[in-house]
Parts: sequence; structure tokens; C-alpha cells
Amino acid sequence: MTPLLEVRHLVKHFVRKQGLWRPPSIVKAVDDVSFGIQAGEMFGLVGESGSGKSTTGRCILRLVEASSGEVLFRGENVLQFSRPRMRRARRDMQIVFQDPYSSLNPRMRAGDIVEEPLIIHKLGSKTERRGQVADLFNLVGLDRDHLTRYPHEFSGGQRQRIGIARALALNPALIIADEAVSALDVSIQAQVVRLMLDLRERLKLTYLFIAHDLRLVEHICNRVAVMYLGRLVEMGDTRTLFANPTHPYTRALLSAVPVLDPDATRQRIPLDPASFDREAPLREIGTSHWAAV
Amino acid sequence: MADPLLDVQHLTVVFEGARSTVTAVDNASFQIAPGETLGLVGESGSGKSVTAFAILRLLQPPGRVTAGHILFEGRDLLALPERDMRRIRGARISLIFQEPITALNPVMRVGDQIAEALTVHGQAGGREARERAVDLLIAVRIPDAARRVRDYPHQLSGGMRQRVMIAIALACHPALVIADEPTTALDVTIQAQVLDLLRELRAQYNLALLLITHDFGVIAEMADRVAVMHRGALVEQGPVRQILRAPVHDYTRSLLAAVPGIGGPEGPPLRSPGHDSSGGPSGPSIRR
Repeated sequence: MTPLLEVRHLVKHFVRKQGLWRPPSIVKAVDDVSFGIQAGEMFGLVGESGSGKSTTGRCILRLVEASSGEVLFRGENVLQFSRPRMRRARRDMQIVFQDPYSSLNPRMRAGDIVEEPLIIHKLGSKTERRGQVADLFNLVGLDRDHLTRYPHEFSGGQRQRIGIARALALNPALIIADEAVSALDVSIQAQVVRLMLDLRERLKLTYLFIAHDLRLVEHICNRVAVMYLGRLVEMGDTRTLFANPTHPYTRALLSAVPVLDPDATRQRIPLDPASFDREAPLREIGTSHWAAV
Repeated sequence: MADPLLDVQHLTVVFEGARSTVTAVDNASFQIAPGETLGLVGESGSGKSVTAFAILRLLQPPGRVTAGHILFEGRDLLALPERDMRRIRGARISLIFQEPITALNPVMRVGDQIAEALTVHGQAGGREARERAVDLLIAVRIPDAARRVRDYPHQLSGGMRQRVMIAIALACHPALVIADEPTTALDVTIQAQVLDLLRELRAQYNLALLLITHDFGVIAEMADRVAVMHRGALVEQGPVRQILRAPVHDYTRSLLAAVPGIGGPEGPPLRSPGHDSSGGPSGPSIRR
């Protein structure tokens, strides 16, 4: 079965100029990353700040241009697409951003924010679009009288629902959720996550769920990939990977997550960067389990 | 509790607006014993941080305390003249903020900021203060402390900056440290290091800690007792095991049910039912 999305040897280098006389330094934000996501999956991409997980998401949508590699969506390399072709392709691949406070235009009404993608892609008449927007509001659990309100009149959770409605407006197959629930309180987070899972069933959505919250990823993603300094260090079925973390970084990361049981014995595993080869490629170490060891 | 270090009684804080008045803290009472850690949990807007600011008398208008007492080492902080309060603030009770980058002065060397805490409270001056700053950086396990005192905040990583904040908070040997989301802005591996450090220093200095957080994992690791705040009111208080395992109040239960990895005996509530993760090849099958 061809994966819905396949990322092959993705590389994104940022060149940092350091003045006239010093050679520019190169930051390898994404350094030879490969993974595939099957239709219907909730695929978690986890890592700490600076690991390159968000850059990976943005390269897939070409919000930043990759330095090299391939991003195959339904078998076609979107990195080769012309601008108009890419614009059409984005109907199928949408993103929900972390910060519902800065990702919505404060001067637009909620209904217009959700309608905008339909206008950009010249879909439907005005009445049809209005009807669609009302349906989308209903779908994400917002009321009809929310349509004419401005973003500041909504709570964080409601704003994230607006962001999701906007992402869903074009009926995409893939949603890239970039820390989409990180800024929310835990009860609101649970509601938005349930909405996302519910929409996956109803609309046959596939998610690339980019997050730093390992406990959340453990509970909602069926597969997970761990990123460290631009590289994937481990990938596998969520249960397998969490039960049997193999890469030293994954082990250190999981051992750092606070345990919810006050009587649990803590065993932090410190990360020893000398204990592994940064350049090692992923290799299969078990059923549906890869690690760069 | 025999002799609490901090005894907050019926604290009420309101914010008066032109059209409406918001009760941010509503008749909250709690105690902290010397050396004890109380976790204050709640969601945003529940009044946790306002409580901390009220204790330190740092509320900004239109916020003000309308009722209650805050007894610290037997004295009512709300009745103290500002001059006496200044001797307590930063010296006997100190504060660690969530965002070290905004709490630290960006144009002042970190060593000078630690020394300032000592000088302001008349604990040391000049060269002695600078030497103590180095000792404090060593105490919070900053490597190469003698050189790092000369760094500016932007030259330090997030975890290092939070260690500097902790050093400043500990400079005058406080009895109580209020830590307002001290690790929320940090990556999980850095959070683990900072929590380990706080735990060690707490034992070493017999610190009482008012730990404000929304993260039940941090609570489970750090707190002796927990107070749950909801819309300004404390809805439940108790030993950490009791709160996490057998919460009584509905709000505490619903809050815990939303935490991935708790969610009651029927298991994690968020896991999607029966997604078959074994289907299909999925790994990085490409190797050119």
C-alpha cells in the first residue's frame, strides 16, 4: 500500500551569515529525515525545541522550501510542483498552528476566517460558501452566532476550533497539527483532541501530529517518530516504542517525563551524547520498530 | 499542622472594572509547614498566580485584597508597612517565575543580578556579594560558574536561565519559595533537571515551596500536599496521593480525567478505539 505521505531524505539547512569575514555557519534543522504515513493514521512527530519537527512539517507544505529530498503525497513529489500546482495540492494538505492567539487574523470575523480558503481557491458561490462555513462551525462544535464574532471574543479552545474549521474548509486528506493543542489547558486540550480524533473517523483524515508532549502522543498516536537535532532517532508503533525505547535519546527523553504516580521510583536516564553515533541511519530493530543505533 | 510557616486565611482578591467586578481569589485558606511543598493546581484564570502575588503584596490595581489574612512566621503580611514587607519579599519569601527570559534583566550580567539581591537586603556588598554569586551559581549546578557570572541572560540556555532565577531566589536563604510554573517553558529533559535541582535544594535548605503548576506530573513528583483551585476557590486539598488517586471533588475528577495517562481505572480516555497500527509497511523503506 502506498503511503498517503512519504518523506524521503528530507534536508533543510539554514545558512547563517556571520559577517563579512567569517564563513557562514550552516544549521542542519532537518537532516536526512524519512518516514511514511498511511491514510487514516495519527502519526506523532515528537522532539524538544530545536529538534526540527516544526521545520519538517513546514517543508512538507512548502511553507519553507526544503534544501533537498522528496515529499511524496499520493506518490507525487510536491517539492517539484509549480506554484499553481502546489496551491491546488494544499487543498489536500492543511496545517493547524500552535498559537490560536496569533494564527487568526484579529480583524476578520470568525466566519470570514473559515470562508477565506474557499474564496482563495474560488470554490462555490457566496451562498454555497456561507452554507459550508455554517456546516464547518457545526462540525467543530461552534455555534452559528459565533460566525460574526472576532477572534478576541473567543477562548483559546474555541479559537483552535476556528483554526481546525479553517483547515477543514477545503476538505483535506492530511492535517499537519503543529503543537495544535500545546497552548491549551488540559481540559480544553482533551476536548480539542477528542474533536480531532472524532473528525479523523468521520472525515477519514490523516494526521501528522507534531508535539513535545510525550504523554499526549502516547495516548492518541498510533505511530510515533522521535526527532533529535534534525534527525529521526527512533520510530515505531507507539506501544512498542514507549514500552521498549531503544535509542539513548528516546530513553533519556521518556525517563524525563514526570511520572503521575507519587510512589513511582524515578529513574532518570541522563543523555550521554558520546554513547551514540549522530550520523547513524534508522534500521529495523523489531516488528514495526526502527532506531538509529 | 502544629506551626505553619504560611497561613493563608479566607483570602479574597477582587479586580474591579468599570462595569463588573471579578473575584479572582474567593475565600481561599491554606497552610504550608516549614520544609513542606504545597502544589497549587488549576487551569489558566483559576487564580493561582494572583494568590502568589497577593502573598507577596505585588498585586497591581485594579486587583486588591478585600478580605483575609496572610500570616507568615506569625505576622500578618497584609498589615505590615511596605518598608517591612520589602524586607520579607525576596529575602524570607522569594519568587521564581515561569519565563526567566522576561524576569531577568537583559542588560545586566547574571552575577550582578544575583549580587543585587544580596546587596538590596543588606546581606553582603561589593566583592563579597560577587563571590557569593559564584557560590550560588555553583549551588544551582551551573558549570564553569566563575566565568558564567559574567554572562548576560541571552548567552544562557533556557534551563541555565531558570537556574540563575533559582540562584537569585535562594540568595538570601528564604524560608518560602513561591515557584510559579517554574518549568512550564522548558523542554522535558531540562524540566527534569530543574525539578531534580529544586528537590535537592529544598532538602538542603529546608525550603518550603508553594509550587504553582497546571501539570499533574510535576505535582506527583514534587508536592507533599495539593490544593486544587477552580474559579478562584479552593475546591479540594489533601495529601498528594489522596488527590491523585481518590479525588473527592467533581472538578478535581474531571481535571484528572483530562490528563493523558490518568483518566481513571478504565484506562487512558484519549486512546482511539482499536486503530490497527500493524497494517501496512510504514517505516523508512527507502535506502538509496
